[in-house]
Amino acid sequence: MTIQDTIKGTIRAASGIAGASDGARAEPTLTLRPARKIRRLPVQKDWPLWALIATQIGILVIIIALWQVAADRGWIDGFFWSKPSAIWQTLITFFTDGDAFTDIGFTFRSTIIGFLIGTSVGSMLGLSFWWSRNYAAIAQPFVICFESLPKLALAPLVILVFGMGLASKVAIATALTLVVSTLTAYAGVKAVDPDQERLFYSLGASRLQVFRKLIVPFCLPWIISVLRVNIGLALTGAIVGEFIASQHGLGRQILYAGQTYDIALVWVAVLVLSTLAVVMYVTVSWIESALRKGVRQ
Amino acid sequence: MLQPVKLRLEDVSMTFKTPRGVFEALAPVTLAIRQGRFVSLIGPSGCGKSTLFNVIAGLLEPSGGRVVIDSVDATGTIGRVGYMLQKDLLLPWRTVLDNVILGMEIQGVPLQAARDRALPLLRRYGLAGFEHLYPSALSGGMRQRAALLRTLMFDTDVILLDEPFGALDAQTKLQMQEWLLQLWSDFGKTVVFVTHDVEEAIYLSDEVNVMATRPGRIVESIPVPIARPRPRSVTLTPEFIAIKERCLQLLTAAHDSHVDEAA
Repeated sequence: MTIQDTIKGTIRAASGIAGASDGARAEPTLTLRPARKIRRLPVQKDWPLWALIATQIGILVIIIALWQVAADRGWIDGFFWSKPSAIWQTLITFFTDGDAFTDIGFTFRSTIIGFLIGTSVGSMLGLSFWWSRNYAAIAQPFVICFESLPKLALAPLVILVFGMGLASKVAIATALTLVVSTLTAYAGVKAVDPDQERLFYSLGASRLQVFRKLIVPFCLPWIISVLRVNIGLALTGAIVGEFIASQHGLGRQILYAGQTYDIALVWVAVLVLSTLAVVMYVTVSWIESALRKGVRQ
Repeated sequence: MLQPVKLRLEDVSMTFKTPRGVFEALAPVTLAIRQGRFVSLIGPSGCGKSTLFNVIAGLLEPSGGRVVIDSVDATGTIGRVGYMLQKDLLLPWRTVLDNVILGMEIQGVPLQAARDRALPLLRRYGLAGFEHLYPSALSGGMRQRAALLRTLMFDTDVILLDEPFGALDAQTKLQMQEWLLQLWSDFGKTVVFVTHDVEEAIYLSDEVNVMATRPGRIVESIPVPIARPRPRSVTLTPEFIAIKERCLQLLTAAHDSHVDEAA
């Protein structure tokens, strides 16, 4: 092979004509193209808000009506499943004759107190890890251990230690929320840009100044972001505490009704509990967005 | 008339212990900078520019040598020099005004007094109308201005600028250079400036120090005896081009020796 041949070969390869036999040049032709699929861009049309809400209400009405009819006609066992009309009757007696508000207030209080203690103590604990890497390293396995522990399994112990009253429910709600806040606040601490810290130190800042003017404001959005999760966890903790041993509360009401086969009352208590949960969730979401605006990040 | 020496580095060196032995980040560096001068450091990445800055700012204890500011040993003490990093590091939860007064606030100046002092400067130096906005509403150039004013308002005689315009587009960069020179002549600070951009270094400085890697060191100090104020066209004069060629020659030499070593 001469040098010229080598050069020609290189040129041919470089011009991208592959598989061409000597002499005959393969022209790229249109016939070699596979048939192209051409479609319209799929577009989803949004319904107006009223239509969405109407559909939602409609589905709810159908479920309730089916339930009622099924129980009346004997398709399902009305004793185990109860039925909407009976639940409605029980709901009215629950609020007129029973001590509904004592129970609601009890559950509400233990949830809120547990939520506040767990969130604030947990956040402070998480932030405190900034102060010393050694302290954080030592504490880390304990925190992770406490996180992976099924805390509800400790509930019977908590009841024995704190008694049947409000304190034990608060303790369980606190235990559930505390770790979440600790870990989130600590994640915030770890996300602080080291250059940002260097800037503060170059300005001659003390450790306390860095903590107050950088670490805390930086971590606030992280701390705020768990409020909604925590209110749900706190409610779960309070209800479980009431399940195990209590004299008041919606959790106790559910357990009691179940044990006495008063299924309608179970449904009523669950309904009231869900309403309470939704109200607290919405309130906390509102507080969260208000705080977020205040923090501006 | 020669000004007194403001900042002096005496055999400042930095070594790190690694599993594979001792790594010499900075060979003993000696440098004297007179008051009110604008001095640049240029060099390839890894030549220890940032290490040197951290040592001057007191954020890093050198392995050997001393940092002397105003004839006082300042090694390992913070809060003596203004230090601006490449990132603007503005706090997103503070307004531009409150970001700019951060240094004074940390030094214990009452908030209101600090704001009163900063406000006219913000207005004079191109941030009028932005004082009460949050940094997220500002362009890159504006953020960099705010960061530089924060460094200035800290009110130290020496300020260290670590590639302050590195992330800006060419157009904004030119504007910012003029703006920086304006500030420098108004405030009479002693400036140490790190950049990758040879032309920027020469255009701004009284003296350009070329650095090399392995170990990080200053290979040559090149004075820039071009009269100020310098028009933009100065970059086309033979004098300027000669200095630029010398710098590039040193940088390439440093780079080549580096390659030889690797080969």
